[in-house]
Amino acid sequence: MSLLEAKNIGKRFGGVQALKDVSLSINSGEIYGLIGPNGAGKTTFFNVLTGLYPRDDGEVIFDGKPLELGSPHKVTQAGIARTFQNIRLFAHMTARENVMVGRHARTKVGVVGAVFRSRAQREEEAAIERRALELLHYVGIADRASGLAKNLSYGDQRRLEIARALATEPKLLALDEPAAGMNATETAGLRTLIEGLRRDGLTVLLIEHDVKLVMGLCDRVAVLDYGEKIAEDVPDAVRNNPKVIEAYLGTSTS
Amino acid sequence: MDIFLQQIVNGLTLGSIYALVALGYTMVYGILGLINFAHGEVVMVGAMVALMVMKALAASGLPAPIIFLIALFAAAIACMALGFTIERIAYRPLRNAPRLAPLITAIGVSIVLQQMAMIIWGRSYHSVPQLLPSENHEFFGAQITELQVIILIVAALTMAGLMLLVNRTRLGRAMRATAENPAIAGLMGVDANRIIAMTFLIGSALGALAGVLVSANYGIAHHHMGFILGLKAFTAAVLGGIGNLGGAMVGGVLLGLIEALGAGYIGDLTGGILGSHYQDVFAFFVLIVVLVFRPSGLMGEKVSERA
Repeated sequence: MSLLEAKNIGKRFGGVQALKDVSLSINSGEIYGLIGPNGAGKTTFFNVLTGLYPRDDGEVIFDGKPLELGSPHKVTQAGIARTFQNIRLFAHMTARENVMVGRHARTKVGVVGAVFRSRAQREEEAAIERRALELLHYVGIADRASGLAKNLSYGDQRRLEIARALATEPKLLALDEPAAGMNATETAGLRTLIEGLRRDGLTVLLIEHDVKLVMGLCDRVAVLDYGEKIAEDVPDAVRNNPKVIEAYLGTSTS
Repeated sequence: MDIFLQQIVNGLTLGSIYALVALGYTMVYGILGLINFAHGEVVMVGAMVALMVMKALAASGLPAPIIFLIALFAAAIACMALGFTIERIAYRPLRNAPRLAPLITAIGVSIVLQQMAMIIWGRSYHSVPQLLPSENHEFFGAQITELQVIILIVAALTMAGLMLLVNRTRLGRAMRATAENPAIAGLMGVDANRIIAMTFLIGSALGALAGVLVSANYGIAHHHMGFILGLKAFTAAVLGGIGNLGGAMVGGVLLGLIEALGAGYIGDLTGGILGSHYQDVFAFFVLIVVLVFRPSGLMGEKVSERA
């Protein structure tokens, strides 16, 4: 069953066609990889998908319903959460508070309740904090809960971003180059974490430069090149696809 | 020695009022990066509305402190409505405009409010009825009025409450998240427009309180009292590090102390050439020194680009 279906997505920046007619479908419960050379349009596709950029053509069906255009927080509410290639945490808030902000998409206490600290508000607040600690524990940085986000190590910041994304209770978690800048040990830890996510029933969309990680982790992989999808298949088939090899290595002209 | 202690007490009183006003500037700056130059006029409107209510209730026979509380409440409501409206019509339409544009509208709103206040309440100084206990007490040679003690306690409690709100509640968390990164906070389901409106409401309520306290302290209110008070409070906010709540409080109290001590000693320092009415010189001299040597303020961080 497909959880997300992107149909004929197109995106232009002025005269540049950043995405052209990209269609793909992600099945419930799988880890779906999106790879491609630099500038192929991976992050653009991500931003269109999560409503950060308005798309020019095509539509996205998520969980059986069409996704609204250009409204990031409706996308979050629909059940897509993401992390960023360049980490975007609230640097001056603690790790716990960062995750607690993520709960905003799923909790509702009015302003009056917040000021007068009604019973319902206190209970919800306690539940939010409990959930935040659980999530920090889940991604393995519970001992850093009270530290400011900016003081976390790079790998831990990535984990915190994942915890914050999970706090919005997504059905689909989209990770934009989570292994970028990580050393081998951190990457191995990340891999274990993502495998755990799948085991817990989450669907994951993974954009990654680290081809080894993608090939080892993903159920299916799509390849973008110059804004077009040139392949979509299981990792082994993609690896041997001549078009993909050409995109990554070029043709032997010289 | 008695002058020293006396001026410390006066400075703390004045400084806690500056701090309340400075918080209004710094909260808005923290979230929008905008200097809300109309904030001083909001403070003035608070004082004038409270004065009107006091006069209207003067013959009602209610106990004086109750009248004061009703007047304060009315001023807070009026200022919150005013702050909300200013944000809605003068700043929100310019949310994505160049930074200079809302600065100009802020100055425009400030002038409009001042002129409207002059039309409504006239250009004369109004004396404010003394509704709170204001008896003098000797304290190690200094004169402290009960009103000064009340002002200090009310200001301290209000600021403590604000810190709790910002650091311990869901609303405060959303405010800090929006201040740091509005786009990501939005992605997490925080409604930026609502948070900004709340910021104006809270800042305006603090301004109303400051306006009522300052007019009670000096016993007068007038249509342009917001201008110089706003400028001083803005100085306090910059001194502490604009955008930083603790900085606004420290900056306000510090500025009050500097001014009071300066006023107390300026005669001695200049051999009688300059009198205590030159106290404003100190406030703005401090502003210049801070901007030259520590542009980000005492508690401000180095200004860095948002990710």
